[in-house]
Amino acid sequence: MYIPIAGEYDFRMDVEAYIASGILELYVAGLLSDEENLEVFHNAKEYPKIQKEIESIEASILALSKTAGPKISGKKGFNDLKVRIGQRKDTTVVQLPKEKTNWAAYTGWAAAILLAAGLFWFYTESDKLQSEIEVVQKENEVLEQQIFEARNSLASSEELLNSIRDKNITVVPLGGQEVSPSSYAKVYWNQEEGKVLVDAQGLPEPPDGMVYQVWSLKLSPLTPTSLGLLEDFLADDNKIFALANPNESEAFGITLEPAGGSEAPTMEQLYTLGAVSS
Amino acid sequence: MDLDALVKRFQKKDIIAFEKLYEMYWENICGVIYTIVRNKSLAEEICQDVFTKIWNNSDSYSPAKGRFFTWILNIARNAAIDEVRSKSFKNQKKNLSTDYFVGILEQEDEKNTDVDINGLKKLLNNLTDKCVRIISLLYFNGYTQKQASEELDIPLGTVKTRNRNCISRLRENMTLEWM
Repeated sequence: MYIPIAGEYDFRMDVEAYIASGILELYVAGLLSDEENLEVFHNAKEYPKIQKEIESIEASILALSKTAGPKISGKKGFNDLKVRIGQRKDTTVVQLPKEKTNWAAYTGWAAAILLAAGLFWFYTESDKLQSEIEVVQKENEVLEQQIFEARNSLASSEELLNSIRDKNITVVPLGGQEVSPSSYAKVYWNQEEGKVLVDAQGLPEPPDGMVYQVWSLKLSPLTPTSLGLLEDFLADDNKIFALANPNESEAFGITLEPAGGSEAPTMEQLYTLGAVSS
Repeated sequence: MDLDALVKRFQKKDIIAFEKLYEMYWENICGVIYTIVRNKSLAEEICQDVFTKIWNNSDSYSPAKGRFFTWILNIARNAAIDEVRSKSFKNQKKNLSTDYFVGILEQEDEKNTDVDINGLKKLLNNLTDKCVRIISLLYFNGYTQKQASEELDIPLGTVKTRNRNCISRLRENMTLEWM
């Protein structure tokens, strides 16, 4: 029951009198004004007794209205209604068990979802394939490049080999010197063509800002002539460098020099040295 | 199931909730319509129309405006009265009469109707004709208090209390029936 809050007691309505007035019967009949309806609605919320009374009045009208007419088969039923409200397409009346599921709608939705998922899958798959194709194309380009380079490399190797095998070649081994005893190099000198191939595989990598410089030497008196620099030492795979040598060389030496090379060899940085045997 | 929750779900276009409400009220609504149109198949047709209407206009219902049953009762009454007043119905030379209950209770045999006369008699036992009439007018025919007072030739101020007394007897009969 309603328990009045202090100070509110005076305003508490007389529930019994309210019920006895007959207003609730008119409420169920739908004969009250909007204002009165709202008032009853609030009172029913506040006083359970009023709510109960309303329900009892309604129950009596429900009983009377149900008994009033002849038994209507009800064969049109809810399925017919579903057709009318557009929730069902066909007009055949199918007696389904209670709590029936709208399979047509569910199947439809399921199909739609599957289709959407399928489309999405196809989209991502084709996207994936597209990027895979791109990757393969890039790989092909790289392979072609490598084949091209390998062919070039093979050709240059053959050329190199031929140069070295040439009967006019003088091979001059250069041994490691004080600053780097483990270093070594070889000079293949084609005197007729005035060319040298320097095999510098036995030299350590030059520090940043430094470069190896190759010298042709005359021994008496000691006269060094620069043949050139072993540029791009790090990038060169086979460490074989071709240089021109028009000199009457008696020895070859390799020094480490500042980038750009020097006019005269820095003898403290003489890495390898070898005399031409004759 | 809580009626308020059911109605809320129905208003959100929950077809399952709507079916439950339909099962709860279709016989009552069809019954009310029948007392006005007095034709079984027509009553059923209008009945289905009414439920279609309440589905399509579910937004317009608000609990603050009254009971859910009251709302659909009002729609059903109006639909049935409209039908009776329509031209096609006039051709059948029937009038909108308000004495359905009185008439049917006077019927001795049940040959011409498959109304549960005995059940109806039990429900309306000890209710005076005036009681049956006032209930019929207010609930089934949609009469206002003023219209009912004129129809029954009673003071306007007594309609409310008279109706309450009549409904109370109806409720007593219901209780007796179930005992």
